[in-house]
Amino acid sequence: MDLYEYQAKDLFAAHGVPVLPGDVATNPADAKAIAAKFGQAVVVKAQVKTGGRGKAGGVKLASTPEETEEKATAILGLDIKGHIVHRVLVTPASDIAEEYYFSFLLDRANRTFLAMASVEGGMDIEEVAATKPEALAKIAIDAIKGVDVAKATEIADAANFPAEVKDQVVDTIVKLWETFVSEDATLVEVNPLVRDPQGKIVALDGKVTLDENADFRHPAHAELVDKAAENPLEAKAKEKGLNYVKLDGEVGIIGNGAGLVMSTLDVVAYAGEQYGVKPANFLDIGGGASAEVMANGLDVILGDEAVRSVFVNVFGGITACDAVANGIVKALEILGDSATKPLVVRLDGNNVEEGRAILAEANHPLVTVVDTMDNAAAKAAELAAAGV
Amino acid sequence: MAIFLNENSKVIVQGMTGAEGTKHTKRMLASGTNIVGGVNPRKAGEKVDFDGTVLPVFGTVKEAMEATGANVTVIFVPPAFSKAAVVEAIDAEIELAVVITEGIPVHDTAYFWAHAVATGNKTRIIGPNCPGIISPGKSNAGIIPANIAGSGKIGLVSKSGTLTYQMMHELRDFGFSTAIGIGGDPIIGTTHIDALEAFEADEETVAIVMIGEIGGDAEERAAAYIKENVTKPVVGYVAGFTAPEGKTMGHAGAIVSGSAGTAQAKKEALEAAGVKVGKTPSETAALMREIMQAL
Repeated sequence: MDLYEYQAKDLFAAHGVPVLPGDVATNPADAKAIAAKFGQAVVVKAQVKTGGRGKAGGVKLASTPEETEEKATAILGLDIKGHIVHRVLVTPASDIAEEYYFSFLLDRANRTFLAMASVEGGMDIEEVAATKPEALAKIAIDAIKGVDVAKATEIADAANFPAEVKDQVVDTIVKLWETFVSEDATLVEVNPLVRDPQGKIVALDGKVTLDENADFRHPAHAELVDKAAENPLEAKAKEKGLNYVKLDGEVGIIGNGAGLVMSTLDVVAYAGEQYGVKPANFLDIGGGASAEVMANGLDVILGDEAVRSVFVNVFGGITACDAVANGIVKALEILGDSATKPLVVRLDGNNVEEGRAILAEANHPLVTVVDTMDNAAAKAAELAAAGV
Repeated sequence: MAIFLNENSKVIVQGMTGAEGTKHTKRMLASGTNIVGGVNPRKAGEKVDFDGTVLPVFGTVKEAMEATGANVTVIFVPPAFSKAAVVEAIDAEIELAVVITEGIPVHDTAYFWAHAVATGNKTRIIGPNCPGIISPGKSNAGIIPANIAGSGKIGLVSKSGTLTYQMMHELRDFGFSTAIGIGGDPIIGTTHIDALEAFEADEETVAIVMIGEIGGDAEERAAAYIKENVTKPVVGYVAGFTAPEGKTMGHAGAIVSGSAGTAQAKKEALEAAGVKVGKTPSETAALMREIMQAL
C-alpha cells in the first residue's frame, strides 16, 4: 500500500525523522485557516499517490491565507495522471540551500534491501540514475545487521554528503531505517531531503510503501487506507477476501491462481483485438473455488456495468473440476435474476469430464462450455462484442 | 535423475498437523513421497495417522533429521511463524526447504534469506508463496497435483502455480524430469537461474520450459544466463502483458513499477537470448512439442 505524503511524514515524525509541520485540508476554507495558523508563507501540496505533482500544477506557494485559499481551490479536484486531488497538505514554506535524495527499498535481484543516496536531489531519481549514475550511491543492506551509525556513515560517505551536514544526515538515515523496518515498509523515499539556510536537515517530501503481508502485526496501518479513494468494486471484492483489480474492458475474468489469471487477461486481450473488446478485471479466486467464492466473484464482476460477458477459466488442480462446476451452478442459483451476462466456462485438469458433465446437465441458458483457453477467450470476446 | 528432489528424498513437514499441512501430507503420501515425519513443538512425541500411514511428530527439525535421516522439509506454517520455521530448518542444515506459505512479510523473507547466506547456504530454499517441486514418479514436495503428468524429459520452472499445472497438463504426453514452482513473491530463494543451471546439468532433462510474469527483472537475468550457459533448448512464456502499471496482480511480486518489470521487456530479453517465447500457454506448449518431436 502506497501512502500519501502527509501519512509518510507522520510516520517519519513518529520515528524522529525531521519534517516540517503541516496540516491536511479537504476544502479551501480549511486550507486558509491552516495558513493563518502558521502566520507565514506556505506551500499547498496536492496529496496524490503519483509522481510529477509539481509539473501538473499540484504544488503552489502562497504568501497569505487568502492566497492559500485560492491555490487550494485551484489544486483540489485536479486530475493528476488519473488521480483526483481530494486533499492538500499546507506546510510552511522553507528556504532551501541544497537538495539531496535518499531511499531504502527492496532489491529483488540481490534478495535484500538497498540504500540509495545522492547529493543531487529534487529531480526524478530515475533520470539521475540514467544520466549520471556516478552521482547515485547504492549500498546493499544486510537484512539481519540492518543500519547502525557505522553503516549510515558508510552510506553518507559513499554519496559524498558535505561534512557540515554529515552527522545530521547519518542520524536521519538511521531513523529512516527504523521507519523502514518497524513499519514493514518496502519503500521509504525522501526526495528532496534538504539543507535549509540555517544548516538544518529536513525531509521535505516523503514516499512510503507498506507491505500488506505484514498487516497482521500492524493493526494501526488499517487506518491509513483511504477507503473513499478505493474503487467501489475493488473495495467490495476486498471485503469478501477476493483478489480483484478493476480494468477498463468489457470481458469479466474469473480464474484460479494469479499466473493463470494474468495469462487469461492476455489471451482475452489478443482475442478481443478484432472485436474491440478488452478484459474488464483481474480476479483470482484462489485454490478453493467453492460455490460461495464463485458466487462472490461473479457478484463483484456482474456489478461492473461495463462487463458484457464473463470468462471463467479454471484449471482443476487441488480443487477438482467437478467441485468447480458445482460451484458455478450453485453460484448461478444464488445470484438468480441478478446474473444476466453470458458466461463462457473453460475447465481443464482434475476430473474435467465430470465437471463438464455437471455443467451440461445443468444446461443453464447463460453458460457456454468451451474446451480450450484460447477458444474460450475468443468466444467470450465475441459475446462481449455482441452485447455492446 | 531429476533436480533438487528424487526417489531418495526423505521428507518432513513443518506444520504437518495444521489444516493445510494435514491435507497436503495425505496428498504427498498418496503420490508416493517418502514422508518420514512432521514437526510441531507442541505435539512432539505424538503419532499421526494419515489414512494408514502413521507418522511421528518431532519437536524440532534437528530432532526429526536425527531420527529419520530426513533431507527435505516442506513448510506449511502460517505467515506469522514462517520466519522462525525457515530459520530453524536452515540451522538444522537440511538440504532443501520448500516454503509453501503465502503472505509472509517480505522483511521476514529477507531475514531468513540473509540467515541462509550468512550460514554458508547449506539449505536450498524454494519459495515462499510457491506450489513446491515434483519429480514425477520419484517424489513430490508441496502441493502440485501428482496426477497431471508423469515422468519424462522436460524440465519446468515457473513463478506461478496454476501455470505450472496448465503447462504440465499441455505436455503430459511427454512428461517431466522435474517441475518446480519458485513462487510469486518479490524475494524468493531458488530463482529461474538456479533451476536453469540444475536442468542444464541434469542428464535426464533434454529441454526446458521457463514461465515468468511481470515484476522485477528475474526473467531478464535468466535470459542473460541462458545466452551464456544453457545449451539445451528453452521455451519461454511470460504472463501479464495487459497488467496496468502500479497494480499488484495477485502475487505480491507481480507489479509493473513505472517502465520496469513489463512482460514485453521480459519477452524481448528472452527472445534476444534465443528463447522461443509463446504468446499463450498453448502456443508455448506447441513450441515445446515441436522441439521434443525433433529430438
